[in-house]
Amino acid sequence: MKRKKTAKKARAAKPPARRSAKAAAKLKPAAKRNAKTAPKAKTIQKAKTVPAKGKAARPDMLDAMLASGAEALKLPIDPAWRGGVKFNLGLILRLGALVDGFALPDDTEPGPVFHA
Amino acid sequence: MLDLPSADLGWSSVRDIVAAVAAGRATATGIVEATLVRIREQDPLLNSFTAIVERRALARARAIDEARAKGQKAGPLAGVPFAVKNLFDIAGLPTVAGSKINRDAPPAARDAALIERLEAAGAILIGALNMGEYAYDFTGENIHDGPSRNPHDLNRMTGGSSGGSGAAVAGGLVPLSLGSDTNGSIRVPSSLCGLFGLKATYGRLSRARSFPFVTSFDHLGPLARSARDLALAYDAMQGPDPEDPVCADRAVEPVAASLDKGIDGLRIAVAGGYFKAKSAEAVSAVDSVAAAVGSNRDIEIPHADRARAAAFVITAAEGASLHIHRLRVRASDYDPAVRDRLFAGLLTPATLVIKAQKFRRWYREQFLKLFAEVDAILAPATPCTAPLIGQDTFMFGDVEMPVRANLGLYTQPISFIGLPVVAVPVPLAPLPIGVQIIAAPWREDVALRIAHVLETKGVAAAPRPPI
Repeated sequence: MKRKKTAKKARAAKPPARRSAKAAAKLKPAAKRNAKTAPKAKTIQKAKTVPAKGKAARPDMLDAMLASGAEALKLPIDPAWRGGVKFNLGLILRLGALVDGFALPDDTEPGPVFHA
Repeated sequence: MLDLPSADLGWSSVRDIVAAVAAGRATATGIVEATLVRIREQDPLLNSFTAIVERRALARARAIDEARAKGQKAGPLAGVPFAVKNLFDIAGLPTVAGSKINRDAPPAARDAALIERLEAAGAILIGALNMGEYAYDFTGENIHDGPSRNPHDLNRMTGGSSGGSGAAVAGGLVPLSLGSDTNGSIRVPSSLCGLFGLKATYGRLSRARSFPFVTSFDHLGPLARSARDLALAYDAMQGPDPEDPVCADRAVEPVAASLDKGIDGLRIAVAGGYFKAKSAEAVSAVDSVAAAVGSNRDIEIPHADRARAAAFVITAAEGASLHIHRLRVRASDYDPAVRDRLFAGLLTPATLVIKAQKFRRWYREQFLKLFAEVDAILAPATPCTAPLIGQDTFMFGDVEMPVRANLGLYTQPISFIGLPVVAVPVPLAPLPIGVQIIAAPWREDVALRIAHVLETKGVAAAPRPPI
């Protein structure tokens, strides 16, 4: 019940990736510079590989991610722990979709900047 | 010689203790002895301490008294007892960081940088404090050491992860503690325990020789019962430190002397939208603070929900990566709630983490523009007052939300970009709740001045608990 409500709330947020390219270009000067050459926001959104708009991930998808990730990273996830891990992975993906669905200019630097 | 009655000493401020020692009205040894007695008597209720360095503290106190007897000037924090979250290195002790696993670690060779700086100013370390395992926590509960307990209601959470840091100061065991704040772990316990807490600008206070959680967001800082006490501690801890790569190469900018400047001319707004309080207590606290400082405008912080989401994703992935080797060999020794979150964090797609870090820079640029219009922004510190220990969910408006992940939903979008914040306690009955005063980077002075004014007006105060 509570997860449904939370997901509903997350879906209610308006994804800014739905903005027009013109609106997206208002985000910062760099966006204006890229407006002609950068893919439109909608094109960027199509490339998403995780659920968009804050949708909950499907349980079978979480199972697959958990199984393959645990094998690849050699993680000893006991079967009894999978429910908790899946719940948290679903939460991460749902919140991650909020970030993923936001169009940013291609030249945006990540927060940390390394100085040689 | 100790003319501060033992019972009142527990509620004496840092400033009062320093004045008493400097004037020869109290000895550091007497203060430490009285502090140790109080801890022995009351900490079984609060469960805030995990280690006490009694011999070290008494030796340090005697050295301060001997120096005073020789006519040497007392330091700015002479005789002030303090304690630290147990993720700070204390020479001779393993840095457990709230875990079972780290109890097997070798003892730390040297104190954390901030302990060294406080002691250089004359303060005296008393011990290490309970915390949520590896700081991945907002509750103050710990499966290995038991929960730290809220002095205002022992059945309630302190908030976390600096739970012991909140309980020890709010319970009158020490006047000052240090905690860490990655997503809200100083501000949440400050709110639930009714304390003043300072999360300085990211990079302002050295994190050298502390156990990390998410280095992108990790901050260390003080909790106390007044804004002035925060300022005195903060002034003693500032300054560059080449041993913390994140610590800014920025000169000390003392703030304690400027606390009495008042707030005339400061433009203070209330955060709207995402930060609009939903519980009656949080609404009341924000409204009373806003009225007291004459704030009559709201301000929208753009995309705070995404900022919180991005902080959540980075925390999950970066926090988990720190533990991958331990998880492979000792997964059963973790708190199950932490372990499940860490495993999930390890499975987080890298693209989300990188996108979140890019969003972080964009969001910072948008947020900093707001400081052209205002000098400080008010926001709730927690969505509710202290939940019961063991409580899994709380009502956020009409939505039921998990406590563990969401007590910091108002704090995460701020520490995400490292802004300085003072959490001030509003002493509502029966339980206090905090309000964040958010300032521009490096303007801790602004937030502390506002906190001090709120205190002098009686709107903000650390309420004395019944224990």
